[in-house]
Amino acid sequence: MNVGQGNEAKNVSMSRLISEVPVDLPQADSIPGRASFRQEQAAVAEDKIIEARKVSKWYGTFRVLTDINLNVRKGERIVICGPSGSGKSTLIRCFNRLEAHQEGEIIVNGIRLHNKMRNVGEVRKNVGMVFQHFNLFPHMTVLMNCMVGPMWIKGMPETAARRNALRFLERVRIPEQADKYPVQLSGGQQQRVAIARSLCMEPAVMLFDEPTSSLDPEMVAEVLETMTSLARDGMTMVCVTHEMGFARAVADRVLFMDTGRIVEEGKPQDFFTNPQHDRTKLFLSQILSH
Amino acid sequence: MLYSDTVESEVLVHKPWFVVSIFALVLLLFLVFNLTGTAVGELMRPVIGDPLQSGLYGRFAIAFAIAAIFCLNLVLIGFASLRLQIGIVWLEVLLLLLAFFAAFHLSLPFIREKLPFLIAQGLVTTIYISAISIIFASIVAIVAAVAKLSGNGFAYAIASFYTSFFRGMPLLMQIYLIYLGLPQLGFVIDAVPAGVLALSLCVGAYMTEIFRSGILSIDRGQWEASRSMGFGFSLTMRRIILPQALPVIVPPMGNMFIAMLKDSSLVSAIGVWELTFLARTVGQDSFHHMEMLISAAVIYWLMSICLELVQSRVERRFARSKAR
Repeated sequence: MNVGQGNEAKNVSMSRLISEVPVDLPQADSIPGRASFRQEQAAVAEDKIIEARKVSKWYGTFRVLTDINLNVRKGERIVICGPSGSGKSTLIRCFNRLEAHQEGEIIVNGIRLHNKMRNVGEVRKNVGMVFQHFNLFPHMTVLMNCMVGPMWIKGMPETAARRNALRFLERVRIPEQADKYPVQLSGGQQQRVAIARSLCMEPAVMLFDEPTSSLDPEMVAEVLETMTSLARDGMTMVCVTHEMGFARAVADRVLFMDTGRIVEEGKPQDFFTNPQHDRTKLFLSQILSH
Repeated sequence: MLYSDTVESEVLVHKPWFVVSIFALVLLLFLVFNLTGTAVGELMRPVIGDPLQSGLYGRFAIAFAIAAIFCLNLVLIGFASLRLQIGIVWLEVLLLLLAFFAAFHLSLPFIREKLPFLIAQGLVTTIYISAISIIFASIVAIVAAVAKLSGNGFAYAIASFYTSFFRGMPLLMQIYLIYLGLPQLGFVIDAVPAGVLALSLCVGAYMTEIFRSGILSIDRGQWEASRSMGFGFSLTMRRIILPQALPVIVPPMGNMFIAMLKDSSLVSAIGVWELTFLARTVGQDSFHHMEMLISAAVIYWLMSICLELVQSRVERRFARSKAR
């Protein structure tokens, strides 16, 4: 937790409690929506990168997200888990406006997301996203995949972009594959390139949408290793994943979602050893038993 | 290539039952068609005597000879390598085609005399009309395809009306409509621009669907990845989606270009001096119809072959990022 202890007095509201000490609270309080919320918001706004307040989303009449409240501070690593269909991917896709929410408020890097915004690109260039199916650009070499973002969005000159790309490819430890095309790489290598591609934009926060779900067990390790080293370097991360080992080792907070709600959240040690909800217990027993 | 199994099968044309059945089939075919009165009959004169007098025996002898040659050819080709097989079969069919043309007793001096004009005037006109139309058609098509995929009702309506209208009407009618109709509105339009306009709009309508399917064939994840990096719609379209859609649309586009090359012959109806128009008119005075028509046909074919070669080159170029 990177929020100083001295702020304690100011941060008495629900949202503060949620991100810091949720497990100490009775469950009903884990969904804030009080008047005090707005007042304290100004005080800690600077170090919040993602702020979601009472976010709801519907697909037609089906409610996928219900009153989601979540704050992500700079440097925080958050793991979201939950059964499939619980809305966890949808939630993080709302954070870079790949999906639209219908109610509530999402503020990313100080910009409010809404459906009439003109500057969605501003948000997206500061939010890196890694997908389950990598989604590398197959018609470009690995190097080009990592160069186009800075070149086209930030206007970085080609030589600088190349240097930048190689730096991050080295960071994910595959500089030797730079001139290959994505199809020539293994799944794990492709995902690492995808991570490097996002890093090249030097985003304020990285969103991971089940980054290891379509990988062989052997390749999962190399991707998780890359993500762990990112976390160690202080990258702000929100990961949707079922890798509980990763969550335990890296996460500052673990969120458990079911049917569009955040059912439980807590520090990993509390979350795994002492889950409060029956649904969480069931999920954990199933996912950890095999 | 189709999926080829790893187990080698026996060569079909070396199986006795297959060769015998083909032999029987060909024999039967040429027993039905009487060839005694043709050049083949003349060729067989040493065996069957006067072809016209030879009757059933002549017919049988001819059919037998053809069936025997055909089967021998089949068996021999079976021994060759793949490339050689392709070459031999191409050559043989080409020779038969030439023999067919030779049967017209074309006047070669006449062809030699008129061919330069046919090429300098007709071919050049055909090529530039086609080339300009292809460029315009591609531009129209890509705009219409995007319009049809957009959520904009106005754009969608215009684009779908356009494709429906121009695909739903014979090209010849469109050429007349534009050439004879626009002057009614006060735009007097020359034959060549009218032809180019009609061709571009018509081919553009077909190409719209090709582009649309090409764009749709690209995985949604590509859009998401591109947009999530902050690329705008136009950048995503130009640099991410279209470059990937191109390999998908190259084969149908090749088709379209070849079809359009030949459809350009329809502008001869409004008096443009392109290849077909000249082929029909140059030989008319001296009753050398066939000479010019066949020359034009061969020229069209050669042009199509050029386009086919271009297509296969482009396909190979794009195969790069797909290769494993």
